[in-house]
Amino acid sequence: MKMFMRYCSFLGCAFALAVGMLAPAAHAQQPIKIGMGISQTGALGGGGKSALLALHMWADDVNAKGGLLGRKVELVVYDDQSNPATTPGIYTKLIDVDKVDLLIGPYASVPTAPIMPLVKQRDLLLMSNFTFKLNRNLKHDKVFNNSPWSNEEDLADGVLQIGRAAGAKTIAILAADQEFAQNLANGAKSIAGRMGLKTVYEQNYPPSTVDFSAMIRAIRAAKPDIVYVCSYPNDSVAILRAVKEIGIGDSVKVFGGGMVGLQFTPVIVGLGSLANGVVNFTSYAPGKTMDFPGVRDFLDRYSKKAVAENVDPLGYYLPPYSYAIGQMIAQAVTATKSLNHKVLAEYLHKNEMQTIVGPIRFDALGERAKPAVPLVQFRSLVDKDVEQFRKPGRLVIVYPPQYKTGEAIVPFEKARN
Amino acid sequence: MFAWELLAEAVLFGLLVGCFYAAVSVGLSISLGLLDVPQVAHPAFLVVGSYGTYLLGRHGWDPLLAGIALAPVFFVVGILVYRFYYETFEKRGEDTGVRGLAFFFGIAFIVEVLLILAFGVDQRSVDAPYIGASVALGDVRIPIRLLVAFGTALLLTGGLALYLAKTFTGRAIKAVAQDGVALRLMGANPVRIKQWAFGIATGVTAIAGAMLIVVGPVDPNLDRVYIGRTFCVVVLAGLGSMGGTLVAGLVLGVTESIVLTMFGASWAPAVAFGLLLLMLGVRPQGLFGR
Repeated sequence: MKMFMRYCSFLGCAFALAVGMLAPAAHAQQPIKIGMGISQTGALGGGGKSALLALHMWADDVNAKGGLLGRKVELVVYDDQSNPATTPGIYTKLIDVDKVDLLIGPYASVPTAPIMPLVKQRDLLLMSNFTFKLNRNLKHDKVFNNSPWSNEEDLADGVLQIGRAAGAKTIAILAADQEFAQNLANGAKSIAGRMGLKTVYEQNYPPSTVDFSAMIRAIRAAKPDIVYVCSYPNDSVAILRAVKEIGIGDSVKVFGGGMVGLQFTPVIVGLGSLANGVVNFTSYAPGKTMDFPGVRDFLDRYSKKAVAENVDPLGYYLPPYSYAIGQMIAQAVTATKSLNHKVLAEYLHKNEMQTIVGPIRFDALGERAKPAVPLVQFRSLVDKDVEQFRKPGRLVIVYPPQYKTGEAIVPFEKARN
Repeated sequence: MFAWELLAEAVLFGLLVGCFYAAVSVGLSISLGLLDVPQVAHPAFLVVGSYGTYLLGRHGWDPLLAGIALAPVFFVVGILVYRFYYETFEKRGEDTGVRGLAFFFGIAFIVEVLLILAFGVDQRSVDAPYIGASVALGDVRIPIRLLVAFGTALLLTGGLALYLAKTFTGRAIKAVAQDGVALRLMGANPVRIKQWAFGIATGVTAIAGAMLIVVGPVDPNLDRVYIGRTFCVVVLAGLGSMGGTLVAGLVLGVTESIVLTMFGASWAPAVAFGLLLLMLGVRPQGLFGR
């Protein structure tokens, strides 16, 4: 019996020793898991799927070079269905069940806002994806937003500057009743107030609105010089159709500003000539002024994959910035040789990241220290032609000065024709 | 100074949009109003009709002709759906309402997911000479697509009202809504009549779906926007009244349009449903119900 017990003890010790020696090696071979919920269905699905493709491309590129810290990168992805109610559960699962090493946020503010308390509570690093000042109240020191803006005024400033230069004195503001659009509208109102522009029409509409004829008629009756629109994709299409049918009036010098959707290829191809003359924010437009190292190569490779996967074939809006998230993660992990969230966050705060969308430096709240939001004016667009957007002169960058490729054509009716 | 011209425009556009609301609700008026079938999947079928129109549109079909061509297919689908519903729920009698509701909700969700899998989540639209163009009436420009939807809706609701009033089968459909047993005693099979009626309700949904994609782009989630409007119109009308459906649609359309224009877009859904609640409180049978 004693001999048997000694024999079992010896076996147990040997086993424990073997596990202890093999565990670090096994762990080292385990991939670095990066988790996210991202819209693959729902209103934001078009953008989410293109962003996801870009992130997969980044992961493939990194793994082709040996991964990070000698480990492969693996993306753990769930579909949040563009529904903010799903994201807390998804991210709790990513953290507690999937035990991912790092987190990337959902696409856009609406699905990301609900997980902010979670990441703050757990003191986790979050690379957020095209959100809008979600950290302003929580002030979590480990949130970093990849979008080219830092506050609500960055998207309105250019439009109002162009309008004022053209002699504008009045403004109409039309905004969807949801977080992103309301932030943009507030930004426009702040700038308009400082510029002395009189608000002659202001309307918030429910996100489910499908017909904008009434609002466009009311705007036309108010005779504004600037029409600043903050809308989501479905609304943007319906609004431009209504403008074509009803007319917006000859007084309008500048139209557009914060219309989400006009950055997505299927939407803008569908709109075609309806979008002519509109001045709107984007994140990237082809041209010498935005020819950052690596971006053309990325877009060429992305385009081939996107066609095969039936997502946005041009990828001008989200994909380069989603790829940039990956690049920033890679730089931070490689430089610090760590996956510790505190260490990575400190690195991201202190250093300028080199990405395919240019250099990115963050402020204390994890927003862009220096905004870089290009405004484009759509010109000479024809209907149902994807390839036209690769040609010069269709997406003319009219603001800010460092990215400008042409002057804005005003008034709006002249630019449309 | 009060903008009378703006109000007049609001009423005009409200009438156009209201007629469209009536057309997208008329199928539900038959299935829920006359047949007492809790067809909450009606807006989902509407969206399927839109996507069917989109597919035919890619082959050069005019949207409205596409809707008419799809109507017989939808008619057959409606018959099959009703048959399944009858055999599974109605025939067994107990808790038909709740279980039937769950059944049709399930169909609605499945349809939505299938549409997402087949078409993706992006919006789809169609082209036609009357989409994007407008006609000037003095200073007012009226989108031709709304005029087309208005005219089609009038023909659809008028045609259905005539069918139900003047044809033998139509009167049998109205009779089965009143007393199915009495109808059986007169030699007609109520189940076959209801099956036929459900087929018609689904068939007209194809045409309404074609109008939906003419009026604006569609995506697989659009049924959720219309579920409230269609049920509002049907209940406001009085269950089973075709003429009432038209009037209720116009009431909803004009109310929404006036509130949108004069008071703000955020109030429009609340006022429309407020009107519904008021009607249910004052006259629960609806405007034209008995």
